[in-house]
Amino acid sequence: MTRLFSPSRFAAMVAKEFVQMRRDRLTFGMMVGIPLLQLILFGYAINSDPKHLPTAVLDNDRSVFSRTVLAGMKNSQYFEFVEEVEGEKRVEELLRLGRIQFVVTIPPDFGRDLVRGQRPVLLLEADATDPSATSNAAASMQQIVRGTMNRDLTGPLAPLQSREGPVELRFHPRYNPEAVTQFNIVPGLMGVVLTMTLVIITSLAITRERERGTMENLLITPVRPLEVLLGKLVPYILVGYIQMALIVVAARYLFEVPFLGSLPLLFAVSFLFIAANLGVGITFSTVAQNQLQAVQMSFFFFLPSILLSGFMFPFRGMPEWAQYLGSVLPLTHFLRIVRGVVLKGNGLADIAPHLWPIALFLVASLGIGVKRYRQTLD
Amino acid sequence: MTSAVPVIDVHELTKVFGKKTVVDKVSLSVNEGEIYGFLGPNGSGKTTTIRMLCGLLRPDGGKGTCLGHDVLSESELIKPHVGYMAQRFSLYGDLSVRENLEFMARMYGVADRRRAVNDTMERMNLAGFAATLAGNLSGGWKQRLALAACMIHSPRLLLLDEPTAGVDPTARRDFWDEVHKLAGQGITALISTHYMDEAERCHRLAYIAYGKLLTTGTAAEIVARENLATWEISGPGLYALIDGLRALPGVEQVVAFGVTLHVSGRDAAALEAHLPPFLAGRATAVRIASSLEEVFISLMRGTRP
Repeated sequence: MTRLFSPSRFAAMVAKEFVQMRRDRLTFGMMVGIPLLQLILFGYAINSDPKHLPTAVLDNDRSVFSRTVLAGMKNSQYFEFVEEVEGEKRVEELLRLGRIQFVVTIPPDFGRDLVRGQRPVLLLEADATDPSATSNAAASMQQIVRGTMNRDLTGPLAPLQSREGPVELRFHPRYNPEAVTQFNIVPGLMGVVLTMTLVIITSLAITRERERGTMENLLITPVRPLEVLLGKLVPYILVGYIQMALIVVAARYLFEVPFLGSLPLLFAVSFLFIAANLGVGITFSTVAQNQLQAVQMSFFFFLPSILLSGFMFPFRGMPEWAQYLGSVLPLTHFLRIVRGVVLKGNGLADIAPHLWPIALFLVASLGIGVKRYRQTLD
Repeated sequence: MTSAVPVIDVHELTKVFGKKTVVDKVSLSVNEGEIYGFLGPNGSGKTTTIRMLCGLLRPDGGKGTCLGHDVLSESELIKPHVGYMAQRFSLYGDLSVRENLEFMARMYGVADRRRAVNDTMERMNLAGFAATLAGNLSGGWKQRLALAACMIHSPRLLLLDEPTAGVDPTARRDFWDEVHKLAGQGITALISTHYMDEAERCHRLAYIAYGKLLTTGTAAEIVARENLATWEISGPGLYALIDGLRALPGVEQVVAFGVTLHVSGRDAAALEAHLPPFLAGRATAVRIASSLEEVFISLMRGTRP
């Protein structure tokens, strides 16, 4: 009769697991090195209180007071003036393209009205597709205006430092006026879901053939690498589109996200994004020794995609190096495309600047995949 | 029955993995319609050699042709005419028998696919399993399916890597009947195996050990060339005699064969002189013809690294 629990059998089991863990170098490395890398990467990169947000200025007054307000905004570190614009048209364009986060408009005769105690209107408009990117800066605006104005309003102007402030501040959050988080998250999820499922599924594609021994049989046939790789991708492109359709329907009927742009356009440009993700998966597939490694690599790609793309945290809140890193990822650009098309009604010309980075990524990833794909068992 | 044009004609093929020379200057010449047996112990380089012949591995040295094409640079031209059966079952377990065959037929661009698949299933008696998932077949039927799959495109050369490993005797016999039928149609086959009875069903043999080709020829040629004399010892308590036998002058090997011992050596006269006195009263010795097995064991001893 054997014992119900034998410490020596148990110890043998544990020891065997450790030996196997050590043998799979990549897995071992991922268990130890990756958390460390991620800790450093994300610890420093993620910042939910973004500063230095690109802001355009439409100063119709150019008085000493308007300059004071602007200087105060700049000193707050929330706003960084990137362009001084002349008219509304340019303002619209900049917002639509997502080049700027804020526009501050100072009306004509701002200084004169201020001195007269007429509480001139100071307009702050924001691209609020991602409410979390704008909320802190917008909230600080009242404080900034009052603080800086009060410094100038001394002597005979001191009585203007009234309770309600010398200036009327108006805040227009554009594209998502009620700051509904879902409006930002749900379209973004489209990209996240595609990235997650497609990369994992395809990363297993060739690894599975190798692990099951079917690769040998495949390699002996006259089949060419491109035929194998593309043949494995096509079915998943279809899967990607089914996922997209599901999310679009859910966005519309469950979350009531307004859809301003063209659905066919979104579906058309998504092809690039889907293909880019599949390219990554296929490349992982040619590198991974076994299916576990393939899944780990997928997660290694997925995590920065989610954290550095602007999906969870404002892209502009990250330090510059993290923004560069994020700019490599297809999800970063796809998020801008989806949010642009869905929430801003962007057309093809508006999103074009985000298409080529994805295309570049696709070419690179698929290129590495094809290059790494071995036609022999060497 | 064999023509003079060699289907496989390679010289000094070499393959190095890291620091280990797995295949060391192996030269082979296999004629059309020949069933060529490729023998050798585990890890001797049989699989590696076969993989080099069909383009699965790139040789590190040597040259030669397979089906008239250069094995180093023209594997794309060789592949369409080769049927390769891997040691490990390498078809898709989650596809049915028919789906597997259709997939292979399409990979090779077989003209009349439906007919080719049906004919192959008919010939290999697989028709009854058409809808069965390959993963659910038993070992013998898997091997049958694998053979069917590597013949679907009517290859001119079959490279079969231990096709009968782990297959029961009846299935093995059926398999060899099938191979002989194919050879009759002019198809050449290079088959690696561990079974001596299978080796004897080959037209010619090559024996490889530790990466080196030790001998080639027909079974009879190989046995004759080694010039090994063998005695069969029978009697009670044979195992107690083994060490003593090994120490006798002229004895090169002592191998247990069921309830008998086979004692062999090249120096027949010495054996003749020393065996009977040693065995007197304990066992009887009868001189028998040396078999391939004794010859191969002897060959392997001579080349141990």
